[in-house]
Amino acid sequence: MTLFPALAIADEGAVNDAIKSMVGEVPAEGGVSLDLPEIAENGNTVPLSFEIDAPMGDDVHVTDVMILADGNPSPDVAVFHFTPMSGKAAGSTRLRLAGTQNVIAVAQLSDGSAMMGKKQVKVTIGGCGG
Amino acid sequence: MATIRPRVKAPRKAAPGDVVEIKTLINHGMESGQRKDKDGNPIPRQIINKFVAEFNGTEFFSVDLAPAISANPYLSFYAKVQESGEFTFRWHDDDGSVYEDSKSIEVA
Repeated sequence: MTLFPALAIADEGAVNDAIKSMVGEVPAEGGVSLDLPEIAENGNTVPLSFEIDAPMGDDVHVTDVMILADGNPSPDVAVFHFTPMSGKAAGSTRLRLAGTQNVIAVAQLSDGSAMMGKKQVKVTIGGCGG
Repeated sequence: MATIRPRVKAPRKAAPGDVVEIKTLINHGMESGQRKDKDGNPIPRQIINKFVAEFNGTEFFSVDLAPAISANPYLSFYAKVQESGEFTFRWHDDDGSVYEDSKSIEVA
Protein backbone atom coordinates (compact mmCIF):
# COMPACT_ATOMS: atom_id res chain seq x y z
CA MET A 1 0.00 0.00 0.00
CA THR A 2 3.01 2.30 0.03
CA LEU A 3 2.75 2.97 -3.70
CA PHE A 4 -0.07 5.49 -3.28
CA PRO A 5 0.22 6.82 0.26
CA ALA A 6 -1.88 9.97 -0.31
CA LEU A 7 -4.71 7.98 -1.89
CA ALA A 8 -4.61 5.37 0.86
CA ILE A 9 -4.90 8.01 3.60
CA ALA A 10 -7.85 9.75 1.91
CA ASP A 11 -9.64 6.46 1.45
CA GLU A 12 -9.00 5.35 5.00
CA GLY A 13 -10.74 8.57 6.08
CA ALA A 14 -13.80 7.78 3.97
CA VAL A 15 -13.90 4.23 5.35
CA ASN A 16 -13.58 5.44 8.94
CA ASP A 17 -16.36 8.00 8.37
CA ALA A 18 -18.63 5.24 7.04
CA ILE A 19 -17.83 3.00 10.04
CA LYS A 20 -18.43 5.85 12.52
CA SER A 21 -21.75 6.77 10.93
CA MET A 22 -22.86 3.18 11.44
CA VAL A 23 -21.48 2.13 14.82
CA GLY A 24 -20.23 5.34 16.49
CA GLU A 25 -16.53 4.53 16.63
CA VAL A 26 -14.14 2.21 14.83
CA PRO A 27 -14.24 -1.14 16.69
CA ALA A 28 -11.20 -3.29 17.46
CA GLU A 29 -10.62 -6.09 14.97
CA GLY A 30 -12.05 -9.47 15.93
CA GLY A 31 -15.21 -11.55 15.93
CA VAL A 32 -15.58 -11.40 12.17
CA SER A 33 -14.34 -14.13 9.89
CA LEU A 34 -13.84 -12.73 6.44
CA ASP A 35 -13.02 -15.02 3.56
CA LEU A 36 -11.55 -13.44 0.43
CA PRO A 37 -8.81 -14.55 -1.96
CA GLU A 38 -5.34 -13.26 -1.10
CA ILE A 39 -4.76 -12.60 -4.77
CA ALA A 40 -7.60 -11.85 -7.20
CA GLU A 41 -6.62 -12.08 -10.83
CA ASN A 42 -9.82 -10.38 -11.94
CA GLY A 43 -11.10 -7.47 -9.84
CA ASN A 44 -14.47 -7.61 -11.60
CA THR A 45 -15.67 -10.52 -9.55
CA VAL A 46 -13.99 -11.24 -6.24
CA PRO A 47 -15.78 -13.76 -4.01
CA LEU A 48 -16.40 -12.70 -0.42
CA SER A 49 -17.99 -14.56 2.44
CA PHE A 50 -18.27 -13.58 6.08
CA GLU A 51 -19.53 -14.96 9.34
CA ILE A 52 -19.99 -13.03 12.56
CA ASP A 53 -19.09 -14.87 15.77
CA ALA A 54 -22.18 -13.78 17.71
CA PRO A 55 -25.44 -15.38 18.82
CA MET A 56 -28.60 -14.82 16.78
CA GLY A 57 -31.07 -15.05 19.65
CA ASP A 58 -34.19 -13.00 20.17
CA ASP A 59 -32.45 -10.91 22.83
CA VAL A 60 -29.03 -10.21 21.33
CA HIS A 61 -28.32 -10.64 17.63
CA VAL A 62 -26.42 -9.13 14.76
CA THR A 63 -28.58 -6.50 13.05
CA ASP A 64 -26.32 -5.20 10.27
CA VAL A 65 -23.07 -6.05 8.53
CA MET A 66 -21.48 -3.36 6.38
CA ILE A 67 -18.89 -4.28 3.75
CA LEU A 68 -16.42 -1.58 2.70
CA ALA A 69 -13.49 -1.40 0.29
CA ASP A 70 -10.89 1.32 0.93
CA GLY A 71 -9.44 1.55 -2.57
CA ASN A 72 -12.57 1.83 -4.71
CA PRO A 73 -13.98 5.13 -6.07
CA SER A 74 -16.55 4.87 -3.27
CA PRO A 75 -15.96 2.68 -0.19
CA ASP A 76 -19.52 1.32 -0.02
CA VAL A 77 -20.00 -2.28 -1.13
CA ALA A 78 -23.08 -3.59 0.65
CA VAL A 79 -25.00 -3.60 3.92
CA PHE A 80 -26.58 -6.90 5.02
CA HIS A 81 -29.53 -6.64 7.43
CA PHE A 82 -30.27 -9.59 9.73
CA THR A 83 -33.00 -10.67 12.14
CA PRO A 84 -33.13 -13.59 14.62
CA MET A 85 -34.99 -15.45 11.81
CA SER A 86 -31.78 -15.29 9.77
CA GLY A 87 -30.45 -18.00 12.09
CA LYS A 88 -26.85 -17.16 11.30
CA ALA A 89 -25.10 -13.82 10.68
CA ALA A 90 -23.29 -14.99 7.60
CA GLY A 91 -23.46 -14.42 3.89
CA SER A 92 -21.57 -14.25 0.67
CA THR A 93 -21.47 -12.23 -2.52
CA ARG A 94 -19.04 -11.14 -5.24
CA LEU A 95 -17.52 -7.69 -5.47
CA ARG A 96 -15.61 -5.36 -7.74
CA LEU A 97 -12.22 -4.14 -6.59
CA ALA A 98 -10.50 -1.34 -8.52
CA GLY A 99 -7.06 -2.46 -7.32
CA THR A 100 -5.16 -3.91 -4.39
CA GLN A 101 -6.88 -2.78 -1.21
CA ASN A 102 -8.43 -3.69 2.13
CA VAL A 103 -11.92 -5.11 2.41
CA ILE A 104 -13.57 -4.40 5.75
CA ALA A 105 -16.64 -5.93 7.39
CA VAL A 106 -18.27 -4.17 10.35
CA ALA A 107 -21.03 -5.84 12.37
CA GLN A 108 -23.57 -4.02 14.51
CA LEU A 109 -25.28 -5.98 17.30
CA SER A 110 -28.66 -5.25 18.86
CA ASP A 111 -27.03 -4.52 22.24
CA GLY A 112 -25.01 -1.66 20.73
CA SER A 113 -21.69 -3.51 20.48
CA ALA A 114 -19.74 -3.78 17.23
CA MET A 115 -17.15 -6.05 15.65
CA MET A 116 -14.79 -5.64 12.71
CA GLY A 117 -12.71 -7.71 10.33
CA LYS A 118 -10.29 -6.60 7.65
CA LYS A 119 -8.44 -8.38 4.86
CA GLN A 120 -6.16 -7.19 2.09
CA VAL A 121 -6.76 -8.43 -1.44
CA LYS A 122 -4.08 -8.07 -4.12
CA VAL A 123 -5.77 -7.37 -7.44
CA THR A 124 -3.97 -8.09 -10.70
CA ILE A 125 -6.55 -6.52 -13.08
CA GLY A 126 -8.80 -3.84 -11.58
CA GLY A 127 -12.57 -4.09 -11.82
CA CYS A 128 -13.79 -0.53 -12.30
CA GLY A 129 -12.24 0.42 -15.63
CA GLY A 130 -13.97 1.07 -18.90
CA MET B 1 -30.56 -5.94 -21.74
CA ALA B 2 -31.52 -9.59 -21.81
CA THR B 3 -34.61 -10.68 -19.92
CA ILE B 4 -33.88 -10.52 -16.23
CA ARG B 5 -34.43 -13.86 -14.59
CA PRO B 6 -33.76 -14.44 -10.90
CA ARG B 7 -32.57 -17.85 -9.78
CA VAL B 8 -32.85 -19.25 -6.25
CA LYS B 9 -31.53 -22.45 -4.72
CA ALA B 10 -33.13 -23.42 -1.42
CA PRO B 11 -33.82 -26.77 0.23
CA ARG B 12 -37.34 -28.19 -0.26
CA LYS B 13 -37.44 -29.92 3.13
CA ALA B 14 -36.07 -29.21 6.59
CA ALA B 15 -36.64 -30.06 10.23
CA PRO B 16 -38.07 -27.47 12.64
CA GLY B 17 -35.32 -25.17 13.90
CA ASP B 18 -32.96 -25.95 11.04
CA VAL B 19 -30.84 -23.12 9.65
CA VAL B 20 -30.96 -23.52 5.87
CA GLU B 21 -28.73 -21.90 3.27
CA ILE B 22 -30.30 -19.97 0.38
CA LYS B 23 -28.34 -19.01 -2.73
CA THR B 24 -29.58 -16.42 -5.21
CA LEU B 25 -28.38 -15.09 -8.52
CA ILE B 26 -29.89 -12.59 -10.95
CA ASN B 27 -28.59 -11.67 -14.37
CA HIS B 28 -28.10 -7.91 -14.34
CA GLY B 29 -25.32 -5.69 -15.72
CA MET B 30 -24.92 -3.65 -12.48
CA GLU B 31 -23.81 -0.62 -14.52
CA SER B 32 -21.66 1.20 -11.99
CA GLY B 33 -22.00 4.80 -13.23
CA GLN B 34 -18.17 4.98 -13.30
CA ARG B 35 -17.75 3.93 -16.92
CA LYS B 36 -17.72 6.06 -20.07
CA ASP B 37 -18.91 5.10 -23.54
CA LYS B 38 -16.59 5.28 -26.55
CA ASP B 39 -17.40 9.00 -27.05
CA GLY B 40 -16.37 9.76 -23.48
CA ASN B 41 -19.88 10.29 -22.13
CA PRO B 42 -20.56 8.81 -18.73
CA ILE B 43 -22.84 5.73 -18.80
CA PRO B 44 -25.59 6.29 -16.21
CA ARG B 45 -25.67 4.04 -13.17
CA GLN B 46 -28.22 1.25 -13.20
CA ILE B 47 -27.89 -1.39 -10.51
CA ILE B 48 -29.96 -3.66 -8.32
CA ASN B 49 -29.89 -1.50 -5.19
CA LYS B 50 -31.86 -3.66 -2.76
CA PHE B 51 -32.61 -7.32 -2.15
CA VAL B 52 -35.31 -8.43 0.30
CA ALA B 53 -36.12 -11.95 1.56
CA GLU B 54 -39.41 -12.78 3.31
CA PHE B 55 -40.75 -15.96 4.87
CA ASN B 56 -44.55 -16.26 5.07
CA GLY B 57 -44.81 -12.49 4.59
CA THR B 58 -42.24 -11.50 7.25
CA GLU B 59 -39.02 -9.85 6.13
CA PHE B 60 -36.09 -11.64 7.75
CA PHE B 61 -33.11 -10.57 5.65
CA SER B 62 -32.20 -7.79 3.22
CA VAL B 63 -29.15 -6.28 1.53
CA ASP B 64 -28.43 -2.76 0.28
CA LEU B 65 -26.17 -3.07 -2.74
CA ALA B 66 -23.70 -0.50 -4.06
CA PRO B 67 -22.09 -0.36 -7.53
CA ALA B 68 -19.13 -2.30 -6.09
CA ILE B 69 -21.20 -5.50 -6.27
CA SER B 70 -20.29 -7.50 -9.39
CA ALA B 71 -22.51 -7.89 -12.44
CA ASN B 72 -25.04 -10.73 -12.08
CA PRO B 73 -25.19 -10.21 -8.32
CA TYR B 74 -24.87 -13.37 -6.24
CA LEU B 75 -26.05 -13.49 -2.64
CA SER B 76 -26.12 -16.35 -0.20
CA PHE B 77 -27.54 -16.21 3.31
CA TYR B 78 -29.41 -18.31 5.91
CA ALA B 79 -32.89 -18.74 7.33
CA LYS B 80 -34.06 -20.46 10.50
CA VAL B 81 -37.28 -22.32 9.71
CA GLN B 82 -39.83 -23.48 12.31
CA GLU B 83 -42.80 -24.26 10.04
CA SER B 84 -43.62 -24.98 6.42
CA GLY B 85 -44.15 -21.99 4.21
CA GLU B 86 -43.03 -19.87 1.34
CA PHE B 87 -39.97 -17.73 0.81
CA THR B 88 -40.38 -14.63 -1.36
CA PHE B 89 -37.37 -12.83 -2.80
CA ARG B 90 -37.40 -9.38 -4.40
CA TRP B 91 -34.69 -7.51 -6.28
CA HIS B 92 -35.17 -3.73 -6.69
CA ASP B 93 -33.68 -2.10 -9.80
CA ASP B 94 -32.60 1.59 -9.99
CA ASP B 95 -35.17 1.98 -12.79
CA GLY B 96 -38.00 1.09 -10.40
CA SER B 97 -38.48 -2.48 -11.64
CA VAL B 98 -38.91 -5.21 -9.04
CA TYR B 99 -38.02 -8.80 -9.91
CA GLU B 100 -39.53 -11.54 -7.78
CA ASP B 101 -39.12 -15.25 -7.15
CA SER B 102 -40.45 -17.62 -4.51
CA LYS B 103 -39.70 -21.08 -3.11
CA SER B 104 -41.73 -23.24 -0.77
CA ILE B 105 -40.27 -25.39 1.96
CA GLU B 106 -41.77 -28.29 3.86
CA VAL B 107 -40.77 -28.32 7.53
CA ALA B 108 -41.57 -31.46 9.49
